[in-house]
Amino acid sequence: MRFLLIEDNQALANAVIERLSLDSHIVDHAANLTTAWDYTATAEYDLILLDIMLPDGDGRSFLEQHRSAKSRTPVIVLTARSEVSDRVGILDLGADDYMVKPIDFSELEARCRAVLRRQTGAAQNTIHFGEIEFDSLAATLKVNGTEVKLRTKELRLFEVFINAPNQIFPKSQLLDRLFSYDVEASENAIEVYVGRLRKHLIGSNVSITTVRGLGYKLECQ
Amino acid sequence: MLLLSAAGIAILLYVVVQSVAEQIAQESQDNILAASAISILDSARVVEGDISIDLPYSSLSMLDSVTDERAFYAIRLNDEFLSGYPDLPRIAATNDATAFQSTTYLGEDIRIASTWRSFSTLEGQAYLEISVAQTLTGLNQSIARISRISLAIGFGFFLLSMVVAMVIAQSTIRPLHRLTGSVSRRGPSDLRPVAAPVPTEMAPLVTSLNSLMTRLQKSLSRSEDFIAEAAHRVRTPMAIVRTQAEVTLRRVEKEEHRQAVREMIRAVDESSRTAGQLLDHAMVSFRTDDLARETIQLDDLIVDTVNRLHPISELRDVEIKTHKLTRTKIQGDPILVQNAIQNVLDNAVKYTDADTKITVMLDQSDGYAQIRVQDEGRGFDDTEIDQLLQRFERGKNADGIVGSGLGLTIVDDIMRAHGGRITLSNNVGEGACVTLSFPL
Amino acid sequence: MRHVILSIVMWLLANVAHAFEIEDRAVFGDETDSAPLRIVSTADINYFKPIIDAFRAFRPDVTIDYTVASSTEVMDAISREKHPFDIVISSAMDLQTKLANDGFARKHTSLATQDLPNWAVWNDMVYAFTQEPAGFVISNALFKGLPIPQNRQQLITALRQNPDRFKGRVGTYDIRKSGAGYLFATQDARASDTYWRLTEVMGTLDPTLYCCASAMIDDVVNGDLAVAYNVLASYAEKSPHQDKFTIILPSDFSIVMLRTMLIPKTSDNPVLAAEFLDFVLAQTYPSGVSPLLKTQSLGQAEQSTLYRISMGPGLLVYLDYFKKKNFIAEWENAIVQD
Repeated sequence: MRFLLIEDNQALANAVIERLSLDSHIVDHAANLTTAWDYTATAEYDLILLDIMLPDGDGRSFLEQHRSAKSRTPVIVLTARSEVSDRVGILDLGADDYMVKPIDFSELEARCRAVLRRQTGAAQNTIHFGEIEFDSLAATLKVNGTEVKLRTKELRLFEVFINAPNQIFPKSQLLDRLFSYDVEASENAIEVYVGRLRKHLIGSNVSITTVRGLGYKLECQ
Repeated sequence: MLLLSAAGIAILLYVVVQSVAEQIAQESQDNILAASAISILDSARVVEGDISIDLPYSSLSMLDSVTDERAFYAIRLNDEFLSGYPDLPRIAATNDATAFQSTTYLGEDIRIASTWRSFSTLEGQAYLEISVAQTLTGLNQSIARISRISLAIGFGFFLLSMVVAMVIAQSTIRPLHRLTGSVSRRGPSDLRPVAAPVPTEMAPLVTSLNSLMTRLQKSLSRSEDFIAEAAHRVRTPMAIVRTQAEVTLRRVEKEEHRQAVREMIRAVDESSRTAGQLLDHAMVSFRTDDLARETIQLDDLIVDTVNRLHPISELRDVEIKTHKLTRTKIQGDPILVQNAIQNVLDNAVKYTDADTKITVMLDQSDGYAQIRVQDEGRGFDDTEIDQLLQRFERGKNADGIVGSGLGLTIVDDIMRAHGGRITLSNNVGEGACVTLSFPL
Repeated sequence: MRHVILSIVMWLLANVAHAFEIEDRAVFGDETDSAPLRIVSTADINYFKPIIDAFRAFRPDVTIDYTVASSTEVMDAISREKHPFDIVISSAMDLQTKLANDGFARKHTSLATQDLPNWAVWNDMVYAFTQEPAGFVISNALFKGLPIPQNRQQLITALRQNPDRFKGRVGTYDIRKSGAGYLFATQDARASDTYWRLTEVMGTLDPTLYCCASAMIDDVVNGDLAVAYNVLASYAEKSPHQDKFTIILPSDFSIVMLRTMLIPKTSDNPVLAAEFLDFVLAQTYPSGVSPLLKTQSLGQAEQSTLYRISMGPGLLVYLDYFKKKNFIAEWENAIVQD
């Protein structure tokens, strides 16, 4: 996906860009509103991440203008302020969602998906791989024409695999991407979800194989 | 502004405490040195026309009583060296009974005290000079300690001023409200008796109190900006650390390193949540002091709140369902009411297990609108239901879950401000039930 | 554990390397080693040999050159003549403290020095590694029929009541000649006035004054002395004639001398010296007594009666010219009676 990040703190912006690019997203960064307008005028973004306190104006004014320009790009506001004072104002101004810093990227991912799902509605966002079709927004997996609805964890796990087919993922890495940090989960849980995905994939030429001692990978025979 | 001035005061406090304490430490060392020199001087006698000195044991042993110090002394009579360390530096005599000087001797920093007295001897008037010196290990240690303490005081003051500024502001404004007769404004948490009606001769007092109240109200709104600023200052660095930690976690291979990074993320989450709730709590206190009375479509508000929590509950494989939401209108502050509902739902999502369900219901009974949030989690420990609403108390069943324990306290404050209440109970079967009752 | 010990006795050897007066010297290990660990000590070779053996069992590659001298000579060797010794061991706590106070000792801290009791270390320079109480050595033969005095008061009473029996038969240090004697006397006097009464009573009995503990013990053994006052129990315990006398640590209070070690600034080999010091401390603590240098009487004594001499500038007081003059004058006044 292509993001526009509007954030004046350079260190935070760098970290966010690095983090998002780990998941193969493309991020443009605007450190102030003026630059942000330049970017939105010349490029199409899937999603805008907007900080509220900016050097050359309030992020809320960006929201107002963005909406009055009839732009369809959803905006998620990243606020560092107290939720109580900001909440209603931001949503009323037309932000699609907001998050309080520090950002939990699993949550950000979930919120992005929810926002995009709401926005695109039935629009297709399908990935083809071997004999399967995967729609991450609709959370569906089509194997030989049969559609399976994936549950949240299955969906996120499958997303990890399908974004990088043939790459080996160690269990511990999958664990961190699937579970939030305050939950004590064991690697057995990964085996359970991999097991479920394998069941869904039966009957196709796509499979998740175990690489002994290293982890799992998604393959197409 | 408030933040800056608090920081300014904190730095000033640090400097003042530091310099005063250094002075005191130096003075107490000087006092000991002087006492030592004087005790030697006092032991001097003229015996058969000759000066005789009998050093008391304590004269030197006292120099070493707290920390090990090297000690030196010199006894001189009319510039002639008698005993001790002949090359110990001399201090020029002053009008004071005792003179002090910092210098070096045998390659170490020392502090010297000298004292003088004149005697009649066979050769006429003689001037006896006693110098006692000591190394500065203890002094330097205590200065270093003071330095740390005053730094902590400065920093502590800064933090405290952040939190206390708000608390004081509201606790000050309450009696004023009472005095001006707005008894109805008093919240249920106000425990002090109502002030007697103000006699006419006290009218000037009431007037000046009123103007003070106006000023305080202004400072309150400034404080609100201050809280927002403080939140920003706290959260941005946390956001940087957390994001970098997530990036690091993707890069490191070794399990022990990964574990360390995970713990770091957990710690950041814990402290940012605490900071957030403290700030929320401060903000809630402001808003409840001057409560907005808007009409709220409660069922719509619930649906909005549930929708917003959806991505988080999905992450945890928890399902939030609304069930039988009766159309209901109440009067109150929509931001606070939503915050209360969200806090309760947040808690439910946190403390319930994966693949379970949370049900939110809304109905009306006995003149109250009742929101019931039921989960299938571990439930409350019956013995601690009351304590749970106290600040910073967390349930015994909450091991390992990030949270500061302020959440329910905030809800409780919001409910009281609206003339309602929060009730905690356990479901028959399993799970907890939190009921929020608003007067209709 | 076998190794060659080359012991060379060099009585009053006056050569260029040793302008100070040494009493004994021994080299443990390779005599041709050009960088041995040089120890100068007031303790006899035999007394300290168990420690050296233990250290060499642990570090066989290290040669130890052990020189014995009196405490004042040890002091001179370091402060005046600046001999490159690596370790200075002395029972003269006052002189050791003065060496450190006057800047001749090196500070040393390590893991081994971390949890030492307060009394065992001064200024990270002087480290105590023994606790040796002083007491009475009583001749069993000459006290026959009398109760053995258990404290200073009982000793005074016994001496007063039997002047004929004890005339010419009491001994103590000549504090003008013996540094240890002076240290014990001053600490004794500081602890209690009983010291002066006892000294006066001894003065009436025509006391014999000694330079050293060993001569006093010998005279008790051969029947010339009925009681020797202020003798280190650790010395008396070494005598082969244990049946001849009884060692009493006075029940009112026993002065406990700490034998101490320091690394002089003149050391050529401070790293090895520090290792040796740490080794000795590790042997000694946390019990406070090394099994290799144990004083039996210490274990039997009531802890509350032990009066450890405390290191620190207080000890410098008695080295003061006036203080020493006054104290000795007072002592002479009491003990030398015509």
